[in-house]
Amino acid sequence: MEYFWLIPFLPLAGFLITGLFQKWLNEKSAGLIASAAVGAAFVLAVISFFGLLSLPADQRVVHHTISSWIEAGRFNAPLAFLLDPLSMVMVLVITGVGFLIHVYSIGYMHGDSGVKRFFSYLNLFTFAMLVLVLADNLLLLFVGWEGVGLCSYLLIGYWYEKKSATDAGKKAFIVNRIGDFGFLLATALVFWTLGTVNFREIAERAPGLLEVGGGMITAITLLFFLGATGKSAQLPLYTWLPDAMEGPTPVSALIHAATMVTAGVYLLARTQLLYTMAPLTMFVVLVIGMATAIFAGSIGLAQTDIKKVLAYSTVSQLGFMFAACGVGAFAAAIFHLVTHAFFKALLFLGSGSVIHGLHGEQEMPKMGGLKDKMPTTFRVFLIGGLALSGVPIFAGFFSKDEILWEVFASGNVIPWVVLAIAALFTAFYTTRAIILTFYGQPRDRHLYDHAHESPAVMTVPLVILAVLSTIGGLLGIPLLAGGQRLKAWLSPVLGGGHAAAPAAHGAAEVATHAAEVATRSAAPHASTFHYPGLLSPFGHDTTLEMILIVVSVAIALIGIFLATRLYAGDASAAEKLRLSWGGLHRLLANKYFVDELYNAIVVRPIKLLSDFFWQIVDVRGIDGAVNGVGTFLRGTGDELRRWQTGLAQNYAVAIVFGTLLILAFVLWGRWAL
Amino acid sequence: MNESVLPMLVPVAWYQVLAAVLFAIGAMGVLFRRNILVIFMCVELMLNATNIAFVAFARHLGSLDGQIIVFFVLAVAAAEVSVGLAIIIDVFRKRGTVDLAAANILKG
Repeated sequence: MEYFWLIPFLPLAGFLITGLFQKWLNEKSAGLIASAAVGAAFVLAVISFFGLLSLPADQRVVHHTISSWIEAGRFNAPLAFLLDPLSMVMVLVITGVGFLIHVYSIGYMHGDSGVKRFFSYLNLFTFAMLVLVLADNLLLLFVGWEGVGLCSYLLIGYWYEKKSATDAGKKAFIVNRIGDFGFLLATALVFWTLGTVNFREIAERAPGLLEVGGGMITAITLLFFLGATGKSAQLPLYTWLPDAMEGPTPVSALIHAATMVTAGVYLLARTQLLYTMAPLTMFVVLVIGMATAIFAGSIGLAQTDIKKVLAYSTVSQLGFMFAACGVGAFAAAIFHLVTHAFFKALLFLGSGSVIHGLHGEQEMPKMGGLKDKMPTTFRVFLIGGLALSGVPIFAGFFSKDEILWEVFASGNVIPWVVLAIAALFTAFYTTRAIILTFYGQPRDRHLYDHAHESPAVMTVPLVILAVLSTIGGLLGIPLLAGGQRLKAWLSPVLGGGHAAAPAAHGAAEVATHAAEVATRSAAPHASTFHYPGLLSPFGHDTTLEMILIVVSVAIALIGIFLATRLYAGDASAAEKLRLSWGGLHRLLANKYFVDELYNAIVVRPIKLLSDFFWQIVDVRGIDGAVNGVGTFLRGTGDELRRWQTGLAQNYAVAIVFGTLLILAFVLWGRWAL
Repeated sequence: MNESVLPMLVPVAWYQVLAAVLFAIGAMGVLFRRNILVIFMCVELMLNATNIAFVAFARHLGSLDGQIIVFFVLAVAAAEVSVGLAIIIDVFRKRGTVDLAAANILKG
């Protein structure tokens, strides 16, 4: 466990080897080295996990300083890693799911000309992501934050011959810049007010130095949240994520579903102490999360590209996580993050398997009936779909239900209703995607005839992820004795209800950290976001929770039922619905025209302004001045050179007349003066 | 020294006029003749016109300074002739003519 700090450096080594020695590696060895690097990191993570588990709950923090990094006056940001239950969960997800995706990529990317580059980027990404979650201070976290952004850019634009891919990469990078600016400002404000960027010191000092609900804490948390909306594709900065599907599918699974896009949720959880001190920000987070969940979910209803459906679904599910953060249920958010990593990676890789089997076809209207051609892919995709829809037993059910419960229990009934509708949408579009892809008659005979099941190197990771998507919910089953394991595991970091301990509200004795005690007494967080009456001594009112569980199961089943009615059998029902709601369908299929709106109000003005600076200021002004000097000198030179005739006698004339002039001046000029 | 202060039989102004006339003829030749050899001779004429002026003043003022300068001028003129004639021969070899207008490749 004391060697946990080596975890990020294994993928870094993999990156250096696959990146620098491309000449001496073939496709296969590059894939093996990259996978082995992440696999080794996973093994080390598991060892560290058991090491951490063997410690008493309130001492599960391991810290390792590798070297100093930036020191200036009071400012100190060392190269140091922090392993606590929260970062442990993230590390396990990143290395575990990441390893499976690496292995899968060996099959998926087989035969591509840039495989070695691909694997080196994947390893670099894993390194950056691990730095992000293990960093013990905001600045090092930002390094990882930017690192994953860079890798995201590189991997979205991996097929750089395709203009749409490079455009999507640029879009992702530029949109993220907006969020990053918020992150940097927030970091600066934290240092300004608290004099540190170290997470532990922030937690220690914030309660004493910042006023609960004050302007400064609200500004800091809102700016951090701006960073989170960029990275985690929330309103209003979500537009890059659907476009990011231009990248290879394993990239979509690893970066744009399982790990990088959850960095925003991680950031909120990591700085949750600050958030609990800023009720206004919490409200904003809740509203944005809720709005994103239903907004992206509704767009997902009308998409025809299988990856786009999953992309909007990811945005929507991230909205659920933020909604959970918004009511202070950070543990529920992390729980959903973990299960989402399992089932969304599964769905993406499953869709990748479909795309692979169909030789690159992504449009669902051209699929259909694939369940016999690709039985394994069909089964795992079905499991992923059930998990995403929130059908009981599967992982997604427990985590989503947990979020819905937390939102409801905190007294936010309207957000609960909105999220429930978003959950209905989720079930609907997931079922729709499954039916359009795997059931019914093949709609493109040629594609169908050439479809094939993917090789074992791809299906085995899929099966493992399917198992995880099925049993992953056991991490946090409520009600069960000894359940809520994940929440209990995270409680030293995130606080909140300990399954075996009295509920969080106002109970200072639960809190293990001294800092946390301070916040709780200073910030009546629990009573702001929870109705105390609804919480039993075990943290949940069992009857009410049962009712809510029944409701959310019903929601999932209704969504599945509706989609089945519409899309199973002949396509006329769906067609009729589309015609009768033509306007709405167009609105959804065109993603509410948000891209067009952004183009009109942001991109075009900036482009016009840039055009002005380019054509007028730069070309005419600056270049004009430089070229003007040149033209002037050349013009004068052109005139003056005529004086040099090459005829010696002309010069002689000049000499003579010059002499005469001087003589005349000497003789008469002086007298005249 | 006694000899040098003797009054001159011809007034010094006449020498000056002669020198000026010779100089002007030389200058006109330099400016308007096309044959490099002739121009060259005209340059010599101008130099010697100044020599006359120097010698006349030396005599008139009873000082040897003017005569000393004449020796310098003669030495410089001799050196100039050796270089100048070499150039002229080279121009003739290259151009096949001694017309100064033919040597104009150094124009701007």
